[in-house]
Amino acid sequence: MSTYTKKQVADLVKGDLDWDTVHLMLSMPKDQDRYKLYMEVLNDNVDYDDKVILALGPRLNVVERTSDKEIVVKCDCGHDFGDYRKNWKLGALIYVRDSEEKMAQVYPPIMAPDTNWQVYREYYCPSCGIQHDVEAPTPWYPVMHDIQPDLKTFFEWMGMEAPAKI
Amino acid sequence: MTSLQNPLGTKPGSLLKSGLTLNEYRNSVLERTAKSGFYNGLEKLAFKESDPIGFERIFSKVRAGLVNAREVAKKIAASPIVEQEGELCFTLYNAIGDCVATSTGIIIHVGTMGAAIKYMIQNDWESNPGIEDGDMFTNNDCQIGNVHPCDIATIVPIFHDGILVGWVGGMTHVIDTGAVGPGSMSNGQIQRFGDGIQISCRKTGRKDVPLRDYLHESQRNVRTTKYWILDEKTRIAGAHMIRDMLLEVIEEEGAEAVETFMYEVVEDGRRGLISRIKAMCIPGKVKTVAFVDVPYTHEDVHVPSTFAKVDSIMHAPCEITVNADGTWRLDFEGCSRWGWHTYNTNPTAFTSGIWVMMTQTLVPTERINDGPRYATSFRCPKGTWTNPDDRRTAHADAWHFLVSSWSSLWRGLSRTYFGRGYLEEVNAGNSNPCNWLQGGGVNQDGEIHAVNSFETAACGTGACAVKDGLNHAAAIWNPEGDMGDIEIWELAEPLLYMGRRIKTNTGGYGKYRGGLGYETLRMVWNSTDWTMFFMGNGYMNSDWGLMGGYPSATGYRFEAHKTGLKKRIAEGKSLPLGQDRDPRDKEFEKHLEPGAIVKRDKQCITTEEMFDNGDLYLNYLRGGPGLGDPLDRELDAIQEDLNENFILEEFAQKIYGAVFTKDDVGVYTVDVEKTKARQAEIRKERIARGVPVHEWMKGERQNIIDKKASLSVQQMFASSFYLSPKFLAEFKEFWDLPDSWELPEEELGTPMYGARITMEIGDLPDVTPVVMVEE
Repeated sequence: MSTYTKKQVADLVKGDLDWDTVHLMLSMPKDQDRYKLYMEVLNDNVDYDDKVILALGPRLNVVERTSDKEIVVKCDCGHDFGDYRKNWKLGALIYVRDSEEKMAQVYPPIMAPDTNWQVYREYYCPSCGIQHDVEAPTPWYPVMHDIQPDLKTFFEWMGMEAPAKI
Repeated sequence: MTSLQNPLGTKPGSLLKSGLTLNEYRNSVLERTAKSGFYNGLEKLAFKESDPIGFERIFSKVRAGLVNAREVAKKIAASPIVEQEGELCFTLYNAIGDCVATSTGIIIHVGTMGAAIKYMIQNDWESNPGIEDGDMFTNNDCQIGNVHPCDIATIVPIFHDGILVGWVGGMTHVIDTGAVGPGSMSNGQIQRFGDGIQISCRKTGRKDVPLRDYLHESQRNVRTTKYWILDEKTRIAGAHMIRDMLLEVIEEEGAEAVETFMYEVVEDGRRGLISRIKAMCIPGKVKTVAFVDVPYTHEDVHVPSTFAKVDSIMHAPCEITVNADGTWRLDFEGCSRWGWHTYNTNPTAFTSGIWVMMTQTLVPTERINDGPRYATSFRCPKGTWTNPDDRRTAHADAWHFLVSSWSSLWRGLSRTYFGRGYLEEVNAGNSNPCNWLQGGGVNQDGEIHAVNSFETAACGTGACAVKDGLNHAAAIWNPEGDMGDIEIWELAEPLLYMGRRIKTNTGGYGKYRGGLGYETLRMVWNSTDWTMFFMGNGYMNSDWGLMGGYPSATGYRFEAHKTGLKKRIAEGKSLPLGQDRDPRDKEFEKHLEPGAIVKRDKQCITTEEMFDNGDLYLNYLRGGPGLGDPLDRELDAIQEDLNENFILEEFAQKIYGAVFTKDDVGVYTVDVEKTKARQAEIRKERIARGVPVHEWMKGERQNIIDKKASLSVQQMFASSFYLSPKFLAEFKEFWDLPDSWELPEEELGTPMYGARITMEIGDLPDVTPVVMVEE
């Protein structure tokens, strides 16, 4: 079983880890300590005090809120999207590229989708403007609820005590 | 069925020591598996646990023999698809047709050839036409699980002391099947009856000799006879090498040990997947979706029947459930209906291809077999494009839908890898790779010919969570990432390369960008009669980008006729040399004679168009999607993108907020402070232009109530609603639509031929389809 240091996991998160080690991570059986080290690194990387328990994106985490132990989704800037069981996107700002002019800001017109067929939906943090997701569905498509983790089972798999309010 | 008993067939029950028929034995294995939860009831792996070295020794010999046979046999083939791109594979099966081990290569056929063996077992090939030592069976029938008719399988039973111990299957992707359109993955035809030669598990050889009637008949039904016969020899040679190898292993290790191994290894594979899922994934549900365009009303799409002239959209939603016990379920509820085109698939091909991708993430070992399938529950609803309920469907270019739909699975799985820290495994998806140059006519040697450029197996890959995607490197749905050598393609095709370059601005933007695609400009040369067509996505992306990254660029077509290039070459004038850096500049057109006819648009699906010598075709292989907010990209990486010609200035400014200078020799330098300031402004601009999702939903809901959307979008939803009341109910619930709201296809006015009355292959007399998914 491979093992890695917290520094190596921190470098992985930053994108600075040397390729030989990344390749080792790819080719060897997965290291069981990764989750623990990853959470430590993510907690080090944010300014808020809540405990990160899962990552949803480079700047979006599921956290156990210190004040009331509720499990919520948080942007790195501290913006609270609320209960992790609900789709965080519904609390975001959205910008829809639904015309040729709006698409032309992203790709040359002939290399962008025809908005009669497909639109881009950009989801921003209302507080800091980070772009947390881009959907590329047809018009009318419901907002995707990408992941609904079964945290109780997950912590059983990890052999760790689960947060009280999952 | 008594009337079909063949006096020359094998006596039922004579193939196995047990005296059971193959079908009885297979059913008993399935029953033991269902009852116990372990493959064939193997709660303990007695052989592996008592003699692990012996177990691994057999595996190593078998695996090495399979790989060796593939490497040797492919040298027989002349087709660059096989010889250059490695579009072949060989697989060993146990007696009931479950895969034991496979070679390298296009391992989607682990499942498809296994489905053919199971079909022969289930439909009593044992008594008619009989299964004997030295027999060969050939299959390319998509209604027996094949992906598309150009994948031809030769299947050979393996006997030891008169007992059937297993099967070997060899598959090559032939260059033409005699379909309406030339090239192996053509369009133009809209039904099975135009999809080329169809061989349904036919006995095509006896006593190790291919039968003459089959050889004559099959050659007459394809355009590229030379390649066809050499591919046939490739498959037979490889299959026989593997049969000999297995018999040697039996002599060395003992028949009982090998037979035990051939079942335990499947259970071992099942356990391997469960272990890996628990090690890497997050239990729970992931929802994802993919689309791709089928723009058939365009004037350059010529099809034989008016009912096929419909603009439609492939819709592939997927709910992935990772269960507490480490098994998983992939449910494709809500997919759109099959259609009158060549992009349909079947459950075996659809699910087998998923395994190809999983070998690069969840099953990254040599031990690829049917075991993981037994830890997986697939649901492909009947009537959808993943599981057509009509026996007329065409499948020649099933990949158009397959690779598009699979892209979303990468996003789904990657969210679970990312969540718990396995960033190195994250992949933002894959492109629907290309314009897929195909065509035919009379080539430079004066022969009837067809081509399928497999440059497509080297497009840009999706971004990872720790690095950019690979440029022009691989197609993740095909483990043989290779663009092939220009010199070989020029030998195989009457098409000269005017250039082959990285395609600027094709990788999806992000903290980590998608890999860039590439473009090759081909000029028809030394042909007598020649046609080509386009086959890719143009109006839509198949991929999405992940966690704030953007999708890659969509495709477009460029073709030029009456170019005057022969004259320009003679006069030493400038020529178009292969880089359409910014398509708005129309660089190619600057080097054509006046009067040239150019088609430059988003219509990336066309049917056969005549091309004269000197005409041009742009084969544009797509880039991959990006990951993460582009404003988080390292400034050095943006600078490198500019200096490597990976991005146009305009989009470095608009997407990344880059502020830069360019010196006299064209070297870009990004200004760190000004760029950071501009990025801060962009974040503010986003907040200013963004609206709360709930506010936006009110307007979109009204669009739905008013039915304001293009016909192609409405047709997609209507077909999914008809097939899936669940999808309709969820749609109405999300948008809070009135109970009375509905969208029947009947009100759209588009052709509905085949939409309501269908006939399945299983409705034919004496046919029992093999079903391995929930329907």
